[in-house]
Amino acid sequence: MLTVEGLRSRYGRIEVLHGIDLEIGSGEIVAVVGANGAGKTTLLRCLSGIQPVSGGSIHFRGEALTAVPAHRRLERGLAQSPEGRQIFTNLTVEENLRLGAYLFSDARVERDMEEGFALFPVLKEKRNLPAGGLSGGQQQMLAIVRTLMGRPACLLLDEPSMGLAPILVQQIFDVVKGLRALDVTVLLVEQNAFGALSIADRGYVMETGRITMTGPAAELIADERIREAYLGI
Amino acid sequence: MPELMQFLLSGVTVGAVYALVALGFTIIYNASDVVNFAQGEFVMLGGMFTVFAFEAGLPLPLAALLAIIATAAIGVALNKLAIEPARGAPVVSLIIITIGASILIRGLTQIAFDKQLHRFPAFSGDAPIQIVGATMLPQSLWVIAGALAIFVGLWLFFTRTLTGRAVLATANNRIAAQLVGINTKYVMTLSFALSAAIGALAGVLVTPITLTGYDIGIALALKGFAAAMLGGMGNPKGALVGGLLLGVIEALTAGYLSSQYKDAAAFVIILAVLFAMPQGLFGRQSTDRV
Ligand SMILES: Nc1ncnc2c1ncn2[C@@H]1O[C@H](COP(=O)(O)OP(=O)(O)O)[C@@H](O)[C@H]1O
Ligand SMILES: [Mg+2]
Repeated sequence: MLTVEGLRSRYGRIEVLHGIDLEIGSGEIVAVVGANGAGKTTLLRCLSGIQPVSGGSIHFRGEALTAVPAHRRLERGLAQSPEGRQIFTNLTVEENLRLGAYLFSDARVERDMEEGFALFPVLKEKRNLPAGGLSGGQQQMLAIVRTLMGRPACLLLDEPSMGLAPILVQQIFDVVKGLRALDVTVLLVEQNAFGALSIADRGYVMETGRITMTGPAAELIADERIREAYLGI
Repeated sequence: MPELMQFLLSGVTVGAVYALVALGFTIIYNASDVVNFAQGEFVMLGGMFTVFAFEAGLPLPLAALLAIIATAAIGVALNKLAIEPARGAPVVSLIIITIGASILIRGLTQIAFDKQLHRFPAFSGDAPIQIVGATMLPQSLWVIAGALAIFVGLWLFFTRTLTGRAVLATANNRIAAQLVGINTKYVMTLSFALSAAIGALAGVLVTPITLTGYDIGIALALKGFAAAMLGGMGNPKGALVGGLLLGVIEALTAGYLSSQYKDAAAFVIILAVLFAMPQGLFGRQSTDRV
């Protein structure tokens, strides 16, 4: 579904992605794990188009994406829930969700919103409050549901567990796992390697702008080097 | 007492114009963080285009409509030719670009038209009317009602339409806006068109009272900017209240002290307010939480 070949990207003159190859099949949950600063966020930003690419190619459902501007990638089915949530803090929870479905104005918008509320009922309680007043965990829930409102075929999730209490982390990962049933393909980027690999089919390990290892998630979790470097076991 | 009423009414009339200019500042500032000092030129152009279209024989409403459309087109051109290509430059550079654009627009207007002051007839005649003991030009009512209509219309646009919310979303978080599929470049273009049209409409409304000429924009931009700062840059409600307050303060100072002091008094009060409330009266309270 998503094929990345030799992807390079830079901030000014400093290259931070040195040729990334990555492949995600339809219906998969794929995790990209790696330490802080490895380039995971930059990779996702390239995929969603808010970060310029300096080399390589991105193909999504057979179509070259590199020249497609960010705001037109969602209509092709590729959505990103960015690092740090990036919700619209001045708008209400409901307005955030409505904007998530900015491309649509049919009856399904209302239904999708109800389904989102079913995933995270606390959002329904707070639907008319400014999103900036939500707790960190609630903002993360809002960010995920807002992205789902865009009806993505493939969802790019950047550090959904960052800064959350363990019980919330579990709740978020459960929802991500449940996306499989909704036919949403997921690329999950995490420093929380164990959590991400536990729900993923396959995984990539990223170090300083390169993919250094890849394989089925279960194998990566069992790998000595990974256990030492990322799982702290 | 009738004296006070008189000052208040003229203050509100001038204040309504300041409020519209401040609103123009607010809209562009929200969409792009740019303080557009060519905002006063939009008011001037609205008046000037109407004058010349009217003198060329068009009926006044049509002349005014054409003037507003032409000014909106110039706003779009300003964004496309000067601001958009410089995207990524520091905001200060963009602000300087708008100052350059305002000088250019003034120069071109002077060449294309002339250096005289102009006016066209008031919409409902020049016979003063009596309101609560004060006399008032019917055109003042047009100014006040027009400003109110714009504020209400814009409020409906921002709160009731998806496009309006897209503008708010872009102002709040540009990257997130792109990620939900909003074309933020289009939002910026729309904001410039809207600001320019609002400025032009203000020019159309007020020209029968104050006259217009190629260089009236500078003072208006400064006053509108001051009003926007007073109310809190980026907040439409602040633009309305800031504009009206500024107009009323000026009128009271001019009435009870001397018109020589009106600008000074207004700026002293603004400085005092900003000293106590650096964000302005309705400044953004940050509700961000990390
Ligand atoms: N806006 C930026 N400007 C300059 N360098 C950046 C910027 N964002 C990230 N970087 C650098 O790019 C590298 C990769 O960062 P990032 O993609 O955020 O990694 P990760 O998400 O894996 O923590 C880091 O060395 C970081 O310092
Ligand atoms: Mg990151």
